[in-house]
Amino acid sequence: MTDVPATAGPDIDETRRKFLTMATGAVGGVGVVLAAIPFVESWQPSERARALGAPVLVDITKLEPGQMITTVWRKQVIYIVGRAKTLVDQLVKNDADLKDKDSKNSIQPEYAKNEMRSRRAEVLVLIGICTHLGCLPKTFFDPGDPVLGASWPGGFRCPCHGSRFDLAGRVFNGSPAPTNLSVPPYSFKDQHTLVIGLDEAPASAGAA
Amino acid sequence: MANDAYSAKPGLWAWINRRLPVDAFMKSQVTEYYAPKNFNFWYFFGSLALLVLVMQLVTGIFLTMFYKVGENSAFDSVEFIMREVNFGWLLRYLHSTGASAFFLVIYLHMFRGIIYGSYKAPRELLWLFGMIIYLALMAEAFMGYVLPWGNMSFWAATVIINLFGAVPVVGPGLVEWIRGDYGIADATLNRFFSLHVVALPLVLLLLVVLHLVALHEVGSNNPDGVEIKAKKNDKGIPLDGIPFHPYYTVKDLFGTGVFLTLFAIVVFFLPTFGDLFLEKANFEPANPLSTPDPISPSWYFTPYYAILRSFPDKATGAVFMLIAVSAFFFLPWLDRSPVKSIRYRGWIYKTFLTLFVISFLGLMYLGLQPAQGIYVTLSRICCVPYFAFFALMYWYTRWDPVKPVPERVTFHA
Repeated sequence: MTDVPATAGPDIDETRRKFLTMATGAVGGVGVVLAAIPFVESWQPSERARALGAPVLVDITKLEPGQMITTVWRKQVIYIVGRAKTLVDQLVKNDADLKDKDSKNSIQPEYAKNEMRSRRAEVLVLIGICTHLGCLPKTFFDPGDPVLGASWPGGFRCPCHGSRFDLAGRVFNGSPAPTNLSVPPYSFKDQHTLVIGLDEAPASAGAA
Repeated sequence: MANDAYSAKPGLWAWINRRLPVDAFMKSQVTEYYAPKNFNFWYFFGSLALLVLVMQLVTGIFLTMFYKVGENSAFDSVEFIMREVNFGWLLRYLHSTGASAFFLVIYLHMFRGIIYGSYKAPRELLWLFGMIIYLALMAEAFMGYVLPWGNMSFWAATVIINLFGAVPVVGPGLVEWIRGDYGIADATLNRFFSLHVVALPLVLLLLVVLHLVALHEVGSNNPDGVEIKAKKNDKGIPLDGIPFHPYYTVKDLFGTGVFLTLFAIVVFFLPTFGDLFLEKANFEPANPLSTPDPISPSWYFTPYYAILRSFPDKATGAVFMLIAVSAFFFLPWLDRSPVKSIRYRGWIYKTFLTLFVISFLGLMYLGLQPAQGIYVTLSRICCVPYFAFFALMYWYTRWDPVKPVPERVTFHA
């Protein structure tokens, strides 16, 4: 349209025409971008999906050291691992082989940013999703597991791309996973009830 | 207007042609469209790709009549199709085998383009449209793979969508936006269904039209890489050209016959193709609490998957995987050889190409193996010739001792 020859009429102001064409195009372009917003936003988690992300209560009365309970919070698998208190000393031995031993680049609440990555040393709570590409790491709790070799200190290994984590969910060097397994917000409602999804358990929370 | 020839003619056909240039179109694009006379075996795969596309559209339309999208109904409805819909098993096996056949045909079609230099000027846009088709096809195949909502579907979706998490800053938000939930869920399945059956097929059809229009504008390359339009007779017809119809319609019909015979053997006797076309783990419903071990994508994605796994770092692996796919886009500008066809290339190019093909097939095999020990080491070794083929092409195609190209096409293949 902008190529209409000037001979079309004697009184055509080409500058004005060009300006109006550009202005129309610009306004139209902004309109298209604005109109795209609802379509793009429709892909965000729906209100229902958000509502279903409510906290989850887990009874850990029967959790023994070396055992693991799994539950689901916000469609994410949660690993709850019972650990012997003596494990702290052993975890320190892994430090030299870890990508992020102090969990500086990893995701966890402030109260889990310690050596054991937990509120209580004997209960480890992790989002059981490999930080590489989202598979579920499998448990290899026994040190010296035949699959992983004599030097294996015990922990998790992802079946998809072989990332390895220790019993605090910290990633070993040589794994494709960039960071330690994430720790979700959690708290203890009482001695035996874990609340996944809340930093502070409300006193009025329902029974497990 | 092209309808002058019909202005005085009576009859319905003339009436139509005065309004729609059917005859003129068929003449210019089919019966008087001149293609090089020396096409060989490698020139079957363009028409076969079109055939498979049509087959996928038809079987897909019918599968959609019985498939029920939704996290609680998808898996069951696929089993319903397999067991209770009349000939439902055939519709599904045609579609699932068609997906693998599509990639086989496209890979051979791309290989043809590479060995005969069909991406070189003036066919750069033709090649780019083809590459975009290849990308759209990968998206189409991936989303289709998710729809049966088996356990491999679920975890393939998890892994592939999490790849977007490697994007700096916006990664995690982008992943949640694609999923529409905190994990792979009903929302993800529904949007993939919409994209798989509506959006991407429309895009693919449009791209195929653009690919063909670009092809007919510049004309086909040929095994000699000689431009047939350079030598024309006094009527303006290329001396080495023959009309597409009947010569190549008949040739392609023969290719179609052979292809459909082989295709039928797979559909009827080997529909799972030894766990390659349909995997055992996908006959279990999606289970967010259990990752299949080992996990591997469909065979046509495994070269890139093996590259991803070769790097002990998420972002680096993802970047190299992206480069491995997108490097093909730059071939027209990386290749500075004065000749197009491999027939007139020298030993340097042939060495690089051979190593590339070996490494591509090697990575394809290794991507199907578990991610440990010797398989990772071999993947890393294969990455070297794969990337060298593209990275050094700008130089070795110049140093390559090429042979003289004949004036006209030859028949020695």
